[in-house]
Amino acid sequence: MYRFIYYKSLRMCNRSHSTSFNKWESVVGLEVHALLNTDSKLFSGAQNTFGGVVNSCVSLFDAAIPGTLPVLNRKCVELGIKTALALSCKVNEVSSFDRKHYFYADLPAGYQITQQRAPLASDGVINFQVFTPGFHKKPYKKSSKIKQIQLEQDSGKSLHDAELKRSLVDLNRAGAPLIEVVFEPDLQDGEEAAALVKELVLIVQRLGACTGRMEEGALRVDANVSIRRPGDPLSTRTEIKNIGSIRGVAGAVRYEIERQKTVLENGGRIINETRAWDAVGRATIPMRDKEVVQDYRYMPEPNLPPLRVNLKSKHDTQHVISVPLIQEQIPELPESSRKNLIENYQLRPEAAIQIVNEPILLEYFVDLAEERSRATKIANLLINELLTVLNKNKLDISDCPITLRQLKELFKLFFDKKISLEVFKNVLDELLISSDSDIMPSKIIQEKNWTLISDETEITKFCIEIIENNPKLVKQYKEGKVKVLKALLGVMSKNSQNKFDMSLASRIMEEVLKK
Amino acid sequence: MLFRFIALNGVTIQRILSKNYCSKVPSKPVSTVQNDDKNKICIDPSTITLLERLSLVKYDTPKGIKVLEDSITFANKILHINTDNIEPLYTTLENENLNLRPDKITQGNCQKDILKNATVKEDDYFVAPTGNIPLLEIENKELPLKATNKNEN
Repeated sequence: MYRFIYYKSLRMCNRSHSTSFNKWESVVGLEVHALLNTDSKLFSGAQNTFGGVVNSCVSLFDAAIPGTLPVLNRKCVELGIKTALALSCKVNEVSSFDRKHYFYADLPAGYQITQQRAPLASDGVINFQVFTPGFHKKPYKKSSKIKQIQLEQDSGKSLHDAELKRSLVDLNRAGAPLIEVVFEPDLQDGEEAAALVKELVLIVQRLGACTGRMEEGALRVDANVSIRRPGDPLSTRTEIKNIGSIRGVAGAVRYEIERQKTVLENGGRIINETRAWDAVGRATIPMRDKEVVQDYRYMPEPNLPPLRVNLKSKHDTQHVISVPLIQEQIPELPESSRKNLIENYQLRPEAAIQIVNEPILLEYFVDLAEERSRATKIANLLINELLTVLNKNKLDISDCPITLRQLKELFKLFFDKKISLEVFKNVLDELLISSDSDIMPSKIIQEKNWTLISDETEITKFCIEIIENNPKLVKQYKEGKVKVLKALLGVMSKNSQNKFDMSLASRIMEEVLKK
Repeated sequence: MLFRFIALNGVTIQRILSKNYCSKVPSKPVSTVQNDDKNKICIDPSTITLLERLSLVKYDTPKGIKVLEDSITFANKILHINTDNIEPLYTTLENENLNLRPDKITQGNCQKDILKNATVKEDDYFVAPTGNIPLLEIENKELPLKATNKNEN
């Protein structure tokens, strides 16, 4: 329900700009930080985890104790290269690390080690489909160039206590490994930005490079937004920092575009500032810093010699990673999965996008659709019924407790016409509620007595009973109102608790009526 | 025995130094980079305020400002040196490969030691002054804008 209202308001909004604000063009570029999925941190042997005991996953290096030195985690370089290759980037043979200075309580060293002069990889591209059901009628293809991918440290976490004017600092995240993916400003609106982020999440999940759990802050988005008259050069931009959900990206960018339009149309000026997205108030709000452009005083990190990788051969050593060897490990990417679903299973692009958007749905689909003739039907059942039942129970698809074995049996029962669509939905519901992988759908159906009756004599008997009890409707039918048949069937399915095979029942009912 | 050897050596070194043997190390500091720019560095109060806020360090005293100005004067000494067409040297280990470590948890779990350095802490957190937080959380200046935009949606 919430979703529906939200999309409706989006659509209304969209209509309003096309009339009054069509003289502006919006430009959006993203920077995405993805937390790498490793056991230990980027430069220290402390545990890289979410939700550990406060200040327990901290090494002396992470707390910037004098005399400690950084030692780079090999896995981070591998995952960085993997992501770079999946995004068609050029991996740089030599890259190096720099210090970016700023003073902040959750950054103990007073600088972050990052890659500014010579990043790990550069010049890539991401191709994705933009399709928000209810917002776009048809999917369309979009791409955004990638300027660079760099390895860098995360900062600690601060909890702000506004009342006592102080911050509580937890350093568990300090020094955690991040890759920052810097995109060119190639996008136009919030929906495109959200679609890009969704695609990136899918890619890093496939690669195992990042969990993609935005709710845990494992993937954070900064959006640069500016507007201009068509044909003009890029104008002053604002940066919205740390957006933590995909719908948040769409909402923040859309809000910021509208805000800038309002400011400019009222004769105001856009200043280069950092803003935050308030997900509850659904607005961007200015942050304290950056009234003055900050000087980060970049300098080369003196404690780390250049990082070299082997681009030419599969010769791999402890300190020099072979890039061609990693190239071989790249799995099928979402774009080719969609292509596969459209070409080999004859799915519509909309269905293919929705299935690929949920990794578990895709897994279910590929296993269920062994018999390809039913692929479209299976896709629709998964998208319409399974997702609906999950939404109704407020469960995330990734937490779906239903096993493939259970689903296989349920789909077979449905396709063999042993159960109706209603029963199909009810069984899904039961499976979710019980969350027990040992309970099979057939057992639930048997226990609840939901088996579909396809015995013709029994159905005929029931039809006669209905006809006798509804003389008015029958009279109308006999007078030529053929549509009344539907009403009779409705009564029938209600009285029988959906236990009849309705296509069979409909045929029998017609036959009995004609007698 | 070892101690005796070192003591003897010390005596030897002293003897050598006293005989005025020629040394490459000057006995007094010598200015090697000539800097003609004798202009006194002066920092305006607003820059001081900005630096104080960024660094969370208070040095708005005559002594503090002098230390800062002296540091800048000291660093400026090399600015006049011509470095055109010279590749910067970032590290003497430029030709070495960076060492990579296996992804193993080998450190951490030393919360007590880590927190030992904190002057103020609470519930195992470090306590620090507030920094970069949304303006709204401190002052409600922008609330009207937020409200109007909400209605618009």
